[in-house]
Amino acid sequence: MKTSHDPHCACNSSDHINRRTLLKGATAIAGVSWLTPLGDLLAVEAEKSPKGKPARSVILLWLGGAASQLDTFDPHPTTKIGGGVKTIPTAIKGVDFAAGLEQTASVMGDVSLIRSMVSKEGDHERAFYNIKTGYRPDPTLIHPSIGAIVCHELPDAKIEIPTHISILPNQWPARGGFFGAQYDAFQMYDPKNTVPDVKARVDDKRMDLRLESLSVVERSFAQGRSADLDQTKTLHQVSMQRARSMMTSDQLKAFNVKDVPAKELDAYGDTPFGRGCLAAVRLIQAGVRCVEVTLTGWDTHANNLEGQATQVKIFDAAYASLIRDLKKPGLLESTIVVCGGEFGRTPKINNVGGRDHWPHGFSMLVAGGGFAGGRVRGTTDPEGVKKEPEHPVFVEDLHATIQDLLGIDHSKEIMTPIGRPMALSKGEVVGELKV
Amino acid sequence: MNSTLTFTNWLLRMRNAVILAGVGAAAVWGVLELLRPPVGHVSNALRLPKQKLDDILQTAKRVDADFEKSWEQKQLKPTAKADDLTLVRRLSLALTGSIPSLQEIRALEAVKDVDITQWWLTQLLADRRTSDYLAERLVRVYVGIEDGPFLIYRRRRLVDWLSDSLQKNRPYDQIARALIDSKGVWTTSPEVNFITVTNENKKGPDEAKLAARVSRAFLGVQMDCVQCHDGKLGSTWKQSDFHQMAAYFGQTDFALNGLRDDPKKNYKFRYLGKTEEEVVPAMVPWKPELLPAKGAPRAKLAEWVTAKENKAFARTIVNRMWALLFNRPLIAPVDDIPLEGPFPEGLEILADDFIAHGSDLQRLIRVIASTRMFQQSSQSADPSHPVTEGAEKCWATFPMTRLRPEQMAGSVIQASSLSTIDAETHVLFRIKRDIDVGNFVKRYGDSGEDTFDDAGGTIPQRLLLMNGNMISENTKNNPLVNASTRIGMLAPNHAMAVEAAYLSIFTRRPNAEEAAHFAGLLTSAKSGNSRTNAMTDLYWTLMNATEFSWNH
Repeated sequence: MKTSHDPHCACNSSDHINRRTLLKGATAIAGVSWLTPLGDLLAVEAEKSPKGKPARSVILLWLGGAASQLDTFDPHPTTKIGGGVKTIPTAIKGVDFAAGLEQTASVMGDVSLIRSMVSKEGDHERAFYNIKTGYRPDPTLIHPSIGAIVCHELPDAKIEIPTHISILPNQWPARGGFFGAQYDAFQMYDPKNTVPDVKARVDDKRMDLRLESLSVVERSFAQGRSADLDQTKTLHQVSMQRARSMMTSDQLKAFNVKDVPAKELDAYGDTPFGRGCLAAVRLIQAGVRCVEVTLTGWDTHANNLEGQATQVKIFDAAYASLIRDLKKPGLLESTIVVCGGEFGRTPKINNVGGRDHWPHGFSMLVAGGGFAGGRVRGTTDPEGVKKEPEHPVFVEDLHATIQDLLGIDHSKEIMTPIGRPMALSKGEVVGELKV
Repeated sequence: MNSTLTFTNWLLRMRNAVILAGVGAAAVWGVLELLRPPVGHVSNALRLPKQKLDDILQTAKRVDADFEKSWEQKQLKPTAKADDLTLVRRLSLALTGSIPSLQEIRALEAVKDVDITQWWLTQLLADRRTSDYLAERLVRVYVGIEDGPFLIYRRRRLVDWLSDSLQKNRPYDQIARALIDSKGVWTTSPEVNFITVTNENKKGPDEAKLAARVSRAFLGVQMDCVQCHDGKLGSTWKQSDFHQMAAYFGQTDFALNGLRDDPKKNYKFRYLGKTEEEVVPAMVPWKPELLPAKGAPRAKLAEWVTAKENKAFARTIVNRMWALLFNRPLIAPVDDIPLEGPFPEGLEILADDFIAHGSDLQRLIRVIASTRMFQQSSQSADPSHPVTEGAEKCWATFPMTRLRPEQMAGSVIQASSLSTIDAETHVLFRIKRDIDVGNFVKRYGDSGEDTFDDAGGTIPQRLLLMNGNMISENTKNNPLVNASTRIGMLAPNHAMAVEAAYLSIFTRRPNAEEAAHFAGLLTSAKSGNSRTNAMTDLYWTLMNATEFSWNH
């Protein structure tokens, strides 16, 4: 199947539901305790996905810098590559994690573990691109990240806030690529603060006056130009309208976690990443298609054991709480949660106690949205000699599987702006990972 | 007693007189600043011999004819010539990264009997803002935007070096040769940073990255596509073509005295399908006869890249300069030009002219800016036949493109000041400007290396313009700095206040409907405070309009 990319269809539908409808549907939301006061505002889009229906949203927990599989999800404690890691059992029989991941270990019944991820990119920037888009960097065009694909292919969300969001982005947030900048992730930082620039600087009356003046100016500029210039090219007024909808939307509250009870925050660890994960759940609940939350600091070329343990401590509570809180209202069934970074880290420990880049057999966690729980795919060499893991999962295959679970035909070709048709993913679905 | 009183009264009167005189002088100066050109700026000299100008215009006409033939075949009707101020705005955005100031517009309007485009080009090409801005744009192409390896990479020095070279109009082939064949220390020989930026893994210069940069930046060929395997999808490039070019950097190494060539070293690579690394010979992928017989590998490569007969070099900079002036290249992607054609209209004429005139960048800019394509309107004069996408694609109208983030930031800051922000502006103000631009670009979305993608606006960009700090700070009530307040205070009447705001932000005057609308709003503002607010609102409105965010 081949389709032409439609640049005018942004991920944020302009077909907005009004606030009353939102409020009316509010009570339909079951929920987590902190949703009670907010549930009526966040919720109408958060209907439970009946079993067997495709997933409708994605959360990507990005371990920036690349976590060490040997010090997290694939430890080999008694071997010479173990590096002093201590292990604990998980909810999956016979599968151990590094100590410190106790909470994550307890939710593994709902999560599957891939220990055999393989890519060909060992440089951070190239690997980030590869993992987030499913393609290796190509000088002729920029591929869309998975979040942009979801927004482009499943555009019917009636929601007033952006549907592709990156929380705590590092230097490489998810991009819209050849789908256009309107599919770039909306970037936000620690959710304890309000979203920047959404508050008007003047009162409503003065804002209305400004907008009225703006229409006079726009009318003048439109003379002698194509009638659909804004819709087909500049997207200026279109994006302004969406920005205005966002500014006045009650759904904005989903971004902010400062009113959440301390107990709920503590469950996530009350760190920026923990708050990001909590906000991700709320945003998914509000109808957002894709949220990525980044936890950097995993690039441990020196003092690996200590460095990984520090990040594990931040990660563990946040990840487990996210899975639990998605599961409670039934959202996990419709939400894919993927967790991983650019690549893994070398079995060999370098002269300064660090591990370097290793794209040959690293770990990722997948859960929800049709991914099975409690399964493990692939094994790595406990001696760290063999590069190729058993039952490898290639990056493009993971992308094909995610898209398949979302009900997207991953082989569909999009006509790119350079006139080259490009499949959404060139990988193959890994059936073993599906329910 | 009386005499004391009289003396006190006299002192008070003196004080009041001094204050009144000061206020009066400031008001007169302010009004003059608003309405009159600055003394000394208004000379109509083009500083360009007539013969040279005629020659430039002749080349531009030949380029025009090439396009006109194509329009005729496609039955496209080109738009009419744009007005002078629109052309001035385009040139300022392209060459300085900012719209012209009100001060500059007043100076322009005071010039008599001269081709405004050429006159403005003369001013801009002599202006440090132009060489600084163009240097930054070109350095992005040469080394990207990242900070690069600590200690041995000084990006700022490279930009300054290039800016100096552009200011002196150093021939572009010399600039390219200096970069490819640079030697010495990165601080005292800034061109060396072209090489040192690739030393990311501390294993010495990265030959593959350098081959990719040289082929893309100077030859308009994306040879890095065959770095890992022979060309696919119809490409005839071989993996060996790329690595043989990389081998020219095989001897390049770091020593105590900086970058140098070590004849004992070579470039090794394991080709796809081979089991072992092999020494790769340095060879060029086309026209080997242009290589000099003698010399160190990099020197030979530099000569070959810039040889007059190696036309890819001229085509590449022509396409890049065209892209800088239009925000859209003649052929896209900007660094992927077929060696044997077919070439788009104008490219060969411009490349031949560039070679024939000693790789003169300033002349190239003048020729492109003198073409009909650059000078025509982006709007149709006939409302029943508006501009079409097809006409824009074929350059039958000036293409509308979104301003780059730094152009947006530069324009917001410039529009907020009545006087020109340039090298003569106080250093503290310039430092603040650089910080503000940096923060704005980060939020607006840096477009990275110099690509020319045709993207529309986004929600974060609109939020930043509507509610962000930069617009708010630059348009709020501030009689000392902000143009919105100063115009409101100094303009003799509402109509002139609206006109000054339009010139400052849109580089044009308001039409009748706009003038009446905004003058009406100012008239209905009863107090001084509400008039200030009305001026702030006027500034906000114009800065949030499509017209401000797009080149047109």
